[in-house]
Amino acid sequence: MIELKDIYKIYGDGDSEIRALDGINLSVADGEFVAIVGQSGSGKSTAMNIIGCLDVPTYGQYFLDGEDVSCMNEIQLADVRGRRLGFIFQQYNLIPKLSVLENVELPLVYKAMKPEERRLKAMSALEKVGLPDRADKYPSQLSGGQQQRVSIARALAGDPQLILADEPTGALDSKTGKDVLDFISSLNDEGKTVVLITHDMSVAQKAKRIVRIQDGKIVSDEVIREG
Amino acid sequence: MNIKQSFILAMKSLKASKMRSFLTMLGIIIGVAAVIILVSIVDGFSNTMIDAFESAGINLVNVNVRGRGSSRTVTPDDMLTFAEDNSDDIIGISPTVMASVTLKVDTENNQTTVTGVNEYYKDIKELEIGGGRFLQYIDVERRQKVCVIGSYIAKNYFETFSCVGEKIKINGNDYTVVGVLEESAGSEEGSADDIVYIPYTCATLLSRQKTISSYVVASTSKDDVTKVKKLVENYLYSIFDNSDLYTVTAVADLVDTVDELMGTLTAILVGIAGISLLVGGIGIMNIMLVSVTERTREIGIRKSLGAKPWDIMSQFVVEAATTSSMGGFIGIAFGCVSSIVAGKILGVTATPSILAILVAFSVSVAIGMFFGYFPAKKASKLNPIDALRYD
Repeated sequence: MIELKDIYKIYGDGDSEIRALDGINLSVADGEFVAIVGQSGSGKSTAMNIIGCLDVPTYGQYFLDGEDVSCMNEIQLADVRGRRLGFIFQQYNLIPKLSVLENVELPLVYKAMKPEERRLKAMSALEKVGLPDRADKYPSQLSGGQQQRVSIARALAGDPQLILADEPTGALDSKTGKDVLDFISSLNDEGKTVVLITHDMSVAQKAKRIVRIQDGKIVSDEVIREG
Repeated sequence: MNIKQSFILAMKSLKASKMRSFLTMLGIIIGVAAVIILVSIVDGFSNTMIDAFESAGINLVNVNVRGRGSSRTVTPDDMLTFAEDNSDDIIGISPTVMASVTLKVDTENNQTTVTGVNEYYKDIKELEIGGGRFLQYIDVERRQKVCVIGSYIAKNYFETFSCVGEKIKINGNDYTVVGVLEESAGSEEGSADDIVYIPYTCATLLSRQKTISSYVVASTSKDDVTKVKKLVENYLYSIFDNSDLYTVTAVADLVDTVDELMGTLTAILVGIAGISLLVGGIGIMNIMLVSVTERTREIGIRKSLGAKPWDIMSQFVVEAATTSSMGGFIGIAFGCVSSIVAGKILGVTATPSILAILVAFSVSVAIGMFFGYFPAKKASKLNPIDALRYD
């Protein structure tokens, strides 16, 4: 599914260059649940951006489903994001002036799906996260946990194979955080590939495989639980 | 994402900040309204003027001869012969001799102007006789002291319209009123009803002019007027051999001149109103730039969900175009109402022209798209990671 080969991400040049990623090699198979763990500044967010096709590496190749993403242009990358990836962000990143349903529909809008079909898919995603009755509310009317569930619904709406979760529990209290994590691992049980980025080891323990990043390099990669 | 969805989104964000949207539109509203008001009022004025000229006779050609003395001159008889030779195109030719005189009836005594003409003048000017008759060949030929008066003169001096047979003293000579014209301009002083016609042969004596310098020619139809003008010019040139010695002007030319003048005036005024549209456009650009900055995070989210640069760009361009075209709509409504009101106040029929409306509207949409393009381009170029991190 994911194949990172000698990925470098270098900011600046000469003496002042910063190697955010310093030769990363990582492969994630279909259906895995991987946590990428590291301190802030370790390069885990850069790794997430590259895996999420939000950024391109300075050197190296990234194959997503066997396709070389590292040499794609902006439009092709947008297409990959829209069709193959689902994002869950720490700050939920819902658009405040759109209703919950419209937020969930958004990735489908960019896939040029018909309005009725869009509505149906978005509603079924909302049902999955248990919030179908909040469809007409606005994000500001929901609690943090509910907002994060809406953003999960949005990530699921397009039915992507890969879910990328960037500190999904960072803004939640431990109880709701646990619920959200349980939900994410239940997605993995259904067959989705999940990549979870976190600095919190206790969160990472939910995953089946933990990859540690430090100073832009992978320092350990262990399978802690068999799928 | 298609244009329709962009439009729905645009309407949403316009509604979300009504005051800001209205202020942004204001420049466009004023610009569009100004264009429509100015064009319709200038149109109204020029129509009023052209109407005035046309009622003065669109088929008339005025001739002014300056050639003096010697053998090179033209007499009324020459002109009449010329008219008869071209009777297919010319209704008639009449000398017009203006003379300043004293009019006296009983004790009433006034300085005024009388006009000396011949018997064709009635057909040339399409005058309507209210009572009696117009001047005749015999009056002109024998210098009969007769006159045809306008309704103002009749009312003013005789206090009745039926004054045929009465006497009027012109510079001390008794003239018999043989006809009264139908009222045509409300019998006001100084209007077309304030007029006295006498045989031109008498008028030359009163004005102490030896030669007759001005003629009026009527063509059979207004389409022939250019041809008649040419005929007259050729005829006079054959006599004088020098085009500086006479002028030939058609009333229709004056209409053209007015048209041209008003066209220039319209262009200048619309240009000034156009500046307002330009300023309005810059206002839209300004607010769109602010909006792009405010919505940086939203743009990042959309991009992370698969929005392509084109999707983001079309969203902002459509929003700008929607803002300015709504401004255009309001401006059109406001402009149409105001121009009708202004027309009433100024006493002209100011009808908002369809063309002005169409042009103003398409210009306002175009301005929105043009000035929305730059901010939209900026939005579409945002890097998704930077945009997502933006607070």
